[in-house]
Amino acid sequence: MSFYLDSFITFFRIGLFTIGGGYAMIPLIENEIVDKRKWINKKDFLDLLALAQTAPGIFAVNIAIFIGYKLHKFWGAFIMTMGTILPSFLIILAIALFFRQFQHIEIIEKIFMGIRPGVVALIAVPTFKMAKSANINIYNVWIPILSALLIWLLGVSPIYIIILSGLGGYMYGTFISKKRR
Amino acid sequence: MIFLQLFYTFFKIGLFGFGGGYAMLSMIQGEVVTRYEWLSSSEFTDIVAISQMTPGPIGINSATYVGYTAIVNAGYSHGIGIVGSVIATFSVVLPSFILMILISRFFIRYQKHKSVSYIFSGLRPGIVGLLAAAALILINKENFGNDYLSVITSTIIFISVFIASYKYRLNPILLIILCGIAGGLIY
Repeated sequence: MSFYLDSFITFFRIGLFTIGGGYAMIPLIENEIVDKRKWINKKDFLDLLALAQTAPGIFAVNIAIFIGYKLHKFWGAFIMTMGTILPSFLIILAIALFFRQFQHIEIIEKIFMGIRPGVVALIAVPTFKMAKSANINIYNVWIPILSALLIWLLGVSPIYIIILSGLGGYMYGTFISKKRR
Repeated sequence: MIFLQLFYTFFKIGLFGFGGGYAMLSMIQGEVVTRYEWLSSSEFTDIVAISQMTPGPIGINSATYVGYTAIVNAGYSHGIGIVGSVIATFSVVLPSFILMILISRFFIRYQKHKSVSYIFSGLRPGIVGLLAAAALILINKENFGNDYLSVITSTIIFISVFIASYKYRLNPILLIILCGIAGGLIY
């Protein structure tokens, strides 16, 4: 089987069977790419994970692009990206096409009235998980609070918050390291 | 021109999408619901629920759904809606594609640079703020209801799901299904 077809099918299968986002995909990708097919070794895979995590964008897609590019340059990256996103794309498109017709049925509306506050809670949970892993303490807690208030009450775009906090971190970091020198 | 705006918006979201799927959701909400008003707040929440329950990364799922819904809400046909979903999905992936190839060609050790760790020391607390804002904005009438019964029910659902997920780490899909059953029975 040609490499492109094989890699497309591999990533398509990974995309199709992982529910719950990018992180759920990692063990599957590792199993297929590192253990079974031996396309890259374990150490390179771990380096790649760290890189894909710090780069912007969708984690699973970043991994696919990186592995594809490493193995077969542009077309490798292209084929593996297509494989990763196509299952989600097709499933969501099918749901979007049909959901609008069912949306206004009474029982569906009732079900979604129950689901909505639950989803808001599921969005609130990662805030606290992330706060733990980001080492939020009394000295830097003003950053998330101020950012949240700017977005929530003043309607500032989250993109500006990302740019500002990255820039702030960079300036603070260089300032501190100069002072130490 | 909504198609160009869609491209530009999702390209930006892909380019600044640090911090995983939920941080990206916060950006999608900021641009798509607050800024352009392509989607209502409850439509956005429904999309998040559907993205959680279907396979694939949340960023892709929501881009596909938002692209389609924004175009159809703007009065175009379903066929043109599909074009919208293609544009949104393509443009959210495009920055990653360019950046990851550049990184793997030129800065293979980029995450070990000092300046990258400085940037991330600022980004991480910022992302926590983004996540908090996403949840705060969604606590509204569209998601929690207008009348007494629905506000109280919604608040109970919110608190129980929060505890079940944060403290007991129950599966989000299971929780969404339970919420749906509760909604069907109560209302």
